[in-house]
This record gives sequence, C-alpha cells and structure tokens, in this order.
Amino acid sequence: MTLEAMTFWALGALLLASALMVVLTKNLFHSVLYLALSLTVTAGIFLALDAEFLAAVQLLLYAGGVVTIVVFAIVVTERLVGARITQTSRHIVTGLVVSGALLVAVLGFLRGVPLPVERPPLGVDVTRAIGQVLLTEFVLPFELLAVLLLVGLLGALYFARPEE
Amino acid sequence: MGLGAYLTLAAVLFAIGLFGVITRRNTIGILLGIELMLNAVNINLVAFARFNADVVGMIFTLFTISITVAEVALGLAITILVFRIRRTVVADHLDLLKG
Repeated sequence: MTLEAMTFWALGALLLASALMVVLTKNLFHSVLYLALSLTVTAGIFLALDAEFLAAVQLLLYAGGVVTIVVFAIVVTERLVGARITQTSRHIVTGLVVSGALLVAVLGFLRGVPLPVERPPLGVDVTRAIGQVLLTEFVLPFELLAVLLLVGLLGALYFARPEE
Repeated sequence: MGLGAYLTLAAVLFAIGLFGVITRRNTIGILLGIELMLNAVNINLVAFARFNADVVGMIFTLFTISITVAEVALGLAITILVFRIRRTVVADHLDLLKG
C-alpha cells in the first residue's frame, strides 16, 4: 500500500467518523466540535489533492470562521433557556431511507462511468495558477463575491441587531 | 487513489449530511448537516479539478466556500432572530405559516 493510499484511507475514515458524530451526538456543542474536526480533515484531503491554497482557505474560513459563528449562535440561543444543550432526532427511519437511497443511486452511477485512476502532472504551481486565473479570467465573479460578502455581512448585522 | 475513491468518499459524506438535515430537530443542527453536504460537494470539485489538471475547478471551490460562509452567517442570524421572537430553535415548533 502506498503512502498516498494510506493517507487517503486514514483521512477518509476520520472524516466519515467525525461526520457521523456530527449528526448522531446528542450534545449540540459536541456536534459543532466534531464538525470542526471534519472540516479540518477535509483540509487534509485538499492537501492530498495538491490544493494547498484551498486547504488554507478551508482552515481559515470554515474551521475558523464558521465554527466560531455557530458556537456564538449556540451560546446566544441556548444559554438563555438554561443548560438545555441536548438535542433530539426524529424521522430516523425516513432519514436512513432517503440518504441510503441517494447513496445507492450515486454509487451505482459512479460504478457505471469510466473514471481516471492516474493524476495528470500539474506542471505549474497551483497557488500561482489560481491567483493568475482568479484575477484575470474570473475577476468579475471575484468582485461580485466581494459585494455578496458585504451584503451578507450587512444582512446578518441587520437581523441580529440589538432590540430597540 | 483514483478519482472514484474521492467521489465515493464525498458521496458517503453527502449522505451523512442529508441524514443529519432530515433527522435533526434543532435549527442549528440542521445547519451543521448542510455544512457537511456542502463540504462533500467541495471535495468533489477539488477532486475533479485535480484529476483533470485544471485549476478552474479549484477556483469554483473557492467561490462555494466563500458563499457558504455568507450563507451560514445569514442563517444563524435568522436563527437568533427567530429565537428572540419564538423562544425556540426547534424547527418543528416554527409553524407560523401553517394554515
């Protein structure tokens, strides 16, 4: 077994285990911590796919930003009603059937199509290539993204403003 | 590892996230499930980009990551607002629009 395969299996097992804990654990706060773990492991998978820049972005935005926001939201919404941080699940059979059916459908499709096994050589520095393409070919979507983030920030501030 | 291995991993992750979205009752728990699903899609995009040696797929991932962050910030702001009005974040209890 090569080093790459071992990395993939280790990261994949850790990712799926932490993802299962996110949806199964009773304590909502633990759920968020497991989400942080699975997002960090995803950054590791990006590294295994030679996408160093995306791994850094994943760590900064997801594991750093999103998890912090979610923890804040839990503190704001749960602390006020006491120490009730546990959560229950419902429709477990429905959930199993729907997600299982989707999984079977996707895996069945994947078995039917020919997929490349070998990675073509990249030849260039991925981070440099991303920067160059992002600021030339995709500069308009990039600027629109900045506007979207500003609007999202203002909207979140507006919704969560203190009550008058 | 081939492309199929990464796509399979992402498919299983997506199914786990979908299971969480369906079964969780707490709105924040549902949002966490959505995060897992989006994460699975990002893995797919990066894997396709790498196995085609094309960075455009990675740029698309950059966009989805940023948009997801905006979405989560807004979703949680709405959750906090709903909590202020209804004093609950359990999705089943938010039935104001029920006829």
